[in-house]
Amino acid sequence: MASALINVPAKAKRGDIIEIKTLMSHIMETGYRHMASGELVPRDIITSFTCRFNGSEIFRADLFPAIAANPFITFFTTATESGKFEFEWIGDQGFSETASASITVE
Amino acid sequence: MRFAGAIAVALLIAGSAFAAEIPQAERRSGYDFMKPDTKAMQDEDTANPGMLWVLDGESLWKRKLGAANKACADCHDDARTSMKGVAARYPAFDKAAARPVDLEQRINSCRSNHQQATPLPFESRELLALTAFVARQSRGARIETSSDPQLAPFIEKGRELYLQRQGQLNLGCTNCHDDNWDKRLAGSAITQGHPTGYPLYRLEWQSLGSLQRRLRACITGIRAQAYDYGAPELVELELYLMSRARGMAVEAPAVRP
Repeated sequence: MASALINVPAKAKRGDIIEIKTLMSHIMETGYRHMASGELVPRDIITSFTCRFNGSEIFRADLFPAIAANPFITFFTTATESGKFEFEWIGDQGFSETASASITVE
Repeated sequence: MRFAGAIAVALLIAGSAFAAEIPQAERRSGYDFMKPDTKAMQDEDTANPGMLWVLDGESLWKRKLGAANKACADCHDDARTSMKGVAARYPAFDKAAARPVDLEQRINSCRSNHQQATPLPFESRELLALTAFVARQSRGARIETSSDPQLAPFIEKGRELYLQRQGQLNLGCTNCHDDNWDKRLAGSAITQGHPTGYPLYRLEWQSLGSLQRRLRACITGIRAQAYDYGAPELVELELYLMSRARGMAVEAPAVRP
């Protein structure tokens, strides 16, 4: 039941600096913990986050085991034209999620 | 003389009962004790990780399951209207069980009776998601749990447990949450212990959790044997805490450090 929460302003003026906020549901299991039986809990983290705007990459982050569960990633960008933000999270054990949000720039 | 003594004892008990309760005007949610960045997490729905469970709960609400092949929505329709204010009144008295049940137990009894599906385990992602989704519809509603007269004996039992010293540290809930709520325990604020935001996201847990999980953690903290999930004692304690917090606004799903 992976799900994402995205906060992108619906409208902005050309040249405005806008904040993009993303929250992805993920346990971010470090791979360093042991079960009661002594076995290692296999690592299960998001390893990469990418944001594309109208097809071109504007932000990328690599994630590591020390990052908390349900990673909240925010960044700033300049509003240049109307279009679509596409977000992608890739991780261990075949994890892959996408989300998108549109903005109108006037 | 003996009669006068009995009155004196009764007055003493009544007096201590009043002394234990925090006056309405001084009641503060755990939210007030948090740092601005944690408050900001709770305040904005797209930054509040608890909302991830609410989203899951919304899809579960509409999913048909069990032998009856019914979804919650088939009986209760749109939760935005049907579940509004419901969490502010739980734990509530259940006629069939002849005792109070909390929101998780109500959801599970609905599952087994009406959907004819297996109950969800306590603290499972699905049960937390459904509870969070239902509780979310009561955000801002005033807690009014104690208005049902059938609940009175159970509230009293919960209050006794709240006052009872126990565990190797020999502490009752009241020793921290009534007597010392303006102080700190190690680096952390001691709050008044009002359950206004459950189920809530604790940064320490890295997850959403129920009030029962919180109570069990507190009981383990005073080095007493914690009650099992779903134990009548825990529900009575939940009930007393809600009656103690009456009039306060529901914040679910809240964020706590």
